[in-house]
Amino acid sequence: MSSNISNTGGHSTVSSGGLPSRRNTELAMLVFAVLIPVFAYANVGLAVNDELPSGMLGYGLGLGLLAGVGHLVVRRWAPYADPLLLPLATLLNGFGLVLIWRLDQSERLHQRAEDLFGAFSPDAPGQLMYSAIGIALFVGVLLLLKDHRVLQRYTYISMVAALVLLVLPVFFKPVNGARIWINIAGFTIQPAEFAKIIIAVFFAGYLMVKRDALALASRRFMGMYLPRGRDLGPIFVIWALSLMILVFETDLGTSLLFFGLFVIMLYVATERTSWIVFGLVLSAVGAVAVASFEPHVQDRVQAWLHPFAEETMAQSDQVAQALWAFGSGGVLGTGLGQGNSDLIGFAANSDFILATVGEELGLTGMMALLLIYGLIVERGVRISLAARDPFGKLLAIGLSGAFGLQVFVVAGGVMGLIPLTGMTMPFLAYGGSSVIANWALVGILMRISDTARRPAPAPAPSPDAEMTQVVRP
Amino acid sequence: MSELTLTVMRLGFLAVLWLFVIVSVQVIRSDLFGTRVTQRAARREGQRPQQRQQQRRQPQESRRGRGGRNAPTKLVVSEGSLTGTTVALQGQTITLGRAHDSTIVLDDDYASSRHARIYPDRDGRWIVEDLGSTNGTYLGRNRLTTPTPIPPSEPIRIGKTVIELRK
Repeated sequence: MSSNISNTGGHSTVSSGGLPSRRNTELAMLVFAVLIPVFAYANVGLAVNDELPSGMLGYGLGLGLLAGVGHLVVRRWAPYADPLLLPLATLLNGFGLVLIWRLDQSERLHQRAEDLFGAFSPDAPGQLMYSAIGIALFVGVLLLLKDHRVLQRYTYISMVAALVLLVLPVFFKPVNGARIWINIAGFTIQPAEFAKIIIAVFFAGYLMVKRDALALASRRFMGMYLPRGRDLGPIFVIWALSLMILVFETDLGTSLLFFGLFVIMLYVATERTSWIVFGLVLSAVGAVAVASFEPHVQDRVQAWLHPFAEETMAQSDQVAQALWAFGSGGVLGTGLGQGNSDLIGFAANSDFILATVGEELGLTGMMALLLIYGLIVERGVRISLAARDPFGKLLAIGLSGAFGLQVFVVAGGVMGLIPLTGMTMPFLAYGGSSVIANWALVGILMRISDTARRPAPAPAPSPDAEMTQVVRP
Repeated sequence: MSELTLTVMRLGFLAVLWLFVIVSVQVIRSDLFGTRVTQRAARREGQRPQQRQQQRRQPQESRRGRGGRNAPTKLVVSEGSLTGTTVALQGQTITLGRAHDSTIVLDDDYASSRHARIYPDRDGRWIVEDLGSTNGTYLGRNRLTTPTPIPPSEPIRIGKTVIELRK
């Protein structure tokens, strides 16, 4: 009988789930992903103006064109890339455009802008332009970056570049209490969005070289692996840097993203749980210490702990309005274009765009949206698992980790789980830097997955083979 | 626009959004359910039914051969550091020893790394065989020299460990 078992077990093959390029799947999903925002657009138009919006055809074609260009480039230059990333990103971007356009229709926001600035300017056309630039960068990454391992050469250059990008905003005027923007030739750029990609490249390159020293040279203590004192150096340096960002730029989001990304990548590189414990302890200590003396951070913490208190409301009622929006949305939402999330006022279409989703689509829509973000992160982790080189693995984990952290930081801030930070929801929120940087991020992930899933090339014919393999009579 | 239309659109949009999520998950289901294992024999059309029949017949035969209701169904460790461990007997060979790939890994200084094995013979009786261990395997009070059928509720002693076959 035991021979029977080995008989059935021995004659089986394990396939890795199909190596077809799956570009047609991507195309089908992409069509779906373009149609959903068009549906949303029609829905908003019918609800707000009682008619189908005039720009519907143009908007649908524009989004379809952008997605189509992206798809054709992927088909030609990255045929084995992941089939899901492009549709997911397209859906989020398109849906974000609809939400921004919907907030552009709001009477309250018109009134508010006229009171404050004298004139109202819609944000949706700008966002469409940024999306186009984002797709262009996505295409550029796929065209120019033939192999992600090239990035490994720029490990330390990218460290310097990232530091410069993170430090730059200190020299510019603070906007709304946080120094996270720089102003070049009339364009406002949020350098942290780009820094997050570049810093992931640095961490991946650095940890690939140092992971053995960090993982193996450790003592066991109370069930945890304690690293040696000198190996703790890097994590303390990064911690100090992220605290400095918090103090000088008063930007909790970037600081959290920067440090969290390092801890995630350190954990993945070394497989030591102790890094997570260290990271959590250090970030808690740092956050409490800074919050105790930095007034801007204190304000944010107060607004988080007591959103409905009188002092908070006197300063800004944004957080309270966002919570009301989520509450009045309920399970199924009020329907697109029929909520009052424009009461949030300032930053309703950027930092607080999730409140509009929460009110108009309810918990059901919110869950679907968060799942879509989750799927993007899942694809990133999956790409990391499939990648064959350690640098690609770490880079994919770093990029998807940064993406996931950003979603957590923003969603947590708007929903009142953590203090609010000055970051934007990737793809969804209004903001050029964010959309452009995240399209580049998706581009790099696509490149890594193309390299990982591409079938290995046939071995090059050896010039000596003919001489040694001739059968002589 | 009428209330009804808007309600239908609202629910419709949520449904479409979820449909997208579900279809996305369908696209990557090969990731969720792991790698696909295909039987090589199954590809050859002619042999497929035959093999299936064989597999189906197999448990019936073995039950009959093992002596019906009197056959032991589990192996229980009754003394030693693994006391309480049970292993279901399903026709597979059980190896005992300190080696890590043994079915029952003995944490016992008196056991050899590949100490003994227990397997069913053609009639379905369970046989214990010493694999040349240093300290020997005892069935009851006798040291084993040849593969021996295990009588019901007779203890097998290896170092400090005692195991029994039970129904």
